[in-house]
Amino acid sequence: MEAATSAKKIRVVVAKPGLDGHDRGAKIIARALRDAGMEVIYTGLHQTPEQIAETVIQEDADAVGLSILSGAHMTLVPRVVDLLGQQGADDVVITVGGTIPNEDIPELKRLGVAEVFTPGAPTQQIVDFIRASVS
Amino acid sequence: MATTPRAMTDAERWYRERYARTPERDALFTTVSGTSIEPLYTAEDLPDQSEIGFPGEFPYTRGVYPSMYRGRLWTMRQFAGFGTAEETNERFRYLLDHGQTGLSTAFDMPSLMGHDSDHPRSEGEVGREGVAIDTLEDMETLFAGIPMGEVSTSMTINAPAAVMLAFYIVAAERQGVAAEHLAGTIQTDILKEYIAQKEWCLPIDPAMRLVTDMVEFCSRRMPRWHPISISGYHIREAGSTAQQELAFTLKDGFTYVEHALDRGLAVDDFAPRLSFFFNAHIDFFEEIAKYRAARRIWARELRDTYGARDERSLLMRFHSQTAGVSLTAQQPLVNVIRTATEALSAVLGGTQSLHTNSYDEALALPTEEAVRIALRTQQVIAHETGVANTVDPLGGSYFVEALTDRMEAAAYDYFQKIDELGGMVEAIKQSYPQREIADASFRYQQEVDSGQRTVVGVNRYSEGDEEPIPILRIDPGLERKQIDRLQGARARRSADEAEHALDLLRRAAQTQANLMEPIIDCARAGATEGEIVESLQRVFGTYTETPVF
Repeated sequence: MEAATSAKKIRVVVAKPGLDGHDRGAKIIARALRDAGMEVIYTGLHQTPEQIAETVIQEDADAVGLSILSGAHMTLVPRVVDLLGQQGADDVVITVGGTIPNEDIPELKRLGVAEVFTPGAPTQQIVDFIRASVS
Repeated sequence: MATTPRAMTDAERWYRERYARTPERDALFTTVSGTSIEPLYTAEDLPDQSEIGFPGEFPYTRGVYPSMYRGRLWTMRQFAGFGTAEETNERFRYLLDHGQTGLSTAFDMPSLMGHDSDHPRSEGEVGREGVAIDTLEDMETLFAGIPMGEVSTSMTINAPAAVMLAFYIVAAERQGVAAEHLAGTIQTDILKEYIAQKEWCLPIDPAMRLVTDMVEFCSRRMPRWHPISISGYHIREAGSTAQQELAFTLKDGFTYVEHALDRGLAVDDFAPRLSFFFNAHIDFFEEIAKYRAARRIWARELRDTYGARDERSLLMRFHSQTAGVSLTAQQPLVNVIRTATEALSAVLGGTQSLHTNSYDEALALPTEEAVRIALRTQQVIAHETGVANTVDPLGGSYFVEALTDRMEAAAYDYFQKIDELGGMVEAIKQSYPQREIADASFRYQQEVDSGQRTVVGVNRYSEGDEEPIPILRIDPGLERKQIDRLQGARARRSADEAEHALDLLRRAAQTQANLMEPIIDCARAGATEGEIVESLQRVFGTYTETPVF
């Protein structure tokens, strides 16, 4: 049986920039997005902003989720945003998750991050957000 | 299915006649790890008395020492480190002036990954999650004014542990203290890095060789040093169950023992200095059962499987830390209660030392105020609650003893599966423990997301707009300061001597020689951490994980 021309699957890159190895959250999100029918590319750990931007472009992703728990988000996130912008991928929906202090959230959003999810965010909320933002 | 008829036990009678007639509330009666719990435990659930025993006697279920906290309270060992060696040295001296006798060093991410502070991958991470140590000079600064022959030091570092130990040995040498007199612990548990914490420098086989080199070196040269702290903490933080934490940690421990035996060491020459590090998670009784089962399994296996004769080889001594993963960003003050409960489980489980987390750690590194409350939490447990008045107050509890037995059985089931895969190193290469943890962590998240499992302030009793709490900010200028320190140290040393020492290390790495001495020589010659690690990587290569989720 062949599926009729269904809507294109949402493609999401889940990435771990920086050196921290806390990947419990990234893996849970990757799996929840996959279970929600999205195409998920998980980069694995210790990615540079350049590697992440390259993956997003190569995979023609609609969204990228950056998971950071090392406190280096104000260094790493702007770099990914800039690199995506420079390569004409500024329509990619960028979300950030991890130990992000509340007061950093407005600055991250000003830079172009669509949403920041802190510990305790339900996975369904993240799935819904990405689905709504991409379409 | 045929069953043998037998008389109803008293517990079964009670269940039928009494309990079954009363309604149960609508809740998940399982532990946080998913183990189902019976409504009641009775004498029928107790194991043979020999499995419980006495404190300080085989199988050590009730504690490794006869007097436990009536003899000496557990050590309240709070882990600290940030910025450069100068900032952390000030903090260390403050702690020592206030009566602390042991130090516990937290390293920053670049140091943990073997990168120098001026490596491109280090940008934004220097001095943030711990102290930045790049050189022997940094280590000397870290311990300036601290008598290294008198304090005991714990260093939480794994992949480059041999390098940090070398810096520590040479820094002490320059204070006039020989390695023989140094006391402390270095984590070195590389297996759990591949399983859970994911900070590595080398592929797994050469990394295991380096660990064994350290165990061998310490067993000959550093009688007061604990070369490995076998850690379940990070396995649990990665989302494992208590059973997985227990089983994978013990199996890692057995694997280190086997590698040292293969090296020709005698078990009683190194086993007394292996120590453990467990998580203290939120499910109170399950955690207590975990510690009790851990002691019993370790003692039995060391005696019966590995032939230990020295009683000290059988004693599982462990540090514990409350569960970072149980802390919530919402209503952060509620974390004080979580941490207190978790700390109490570690104490009732017989821990030797304890770190309590601070309530603001789901948001950032802790403020001083938050750290003080965390320490006070331990002091209240120790001095006000009365739980330290008797040894193992829960010994003989129907529930605790039954859970301990189940915990033990679950660990042995995992041992068997891992053995079928060819042992822990092979199992890790096949991503077996990694996959088990990812599955457990996803299952737990589904329970929370569906509301089956309550997390206060997160999926129930939440509040709308919360007042933000003050959090710690690390001065971004410290990164520049550390890079200047590093580049100054590189400029002051003899580049030729450093290169020569690194070359000798690379040559040694191509043979079967123990690498500790050549690494110590690199430290003496002023080679940086990153240069030493990169030299090893030139011989052994690096590691890339195949992620499973």
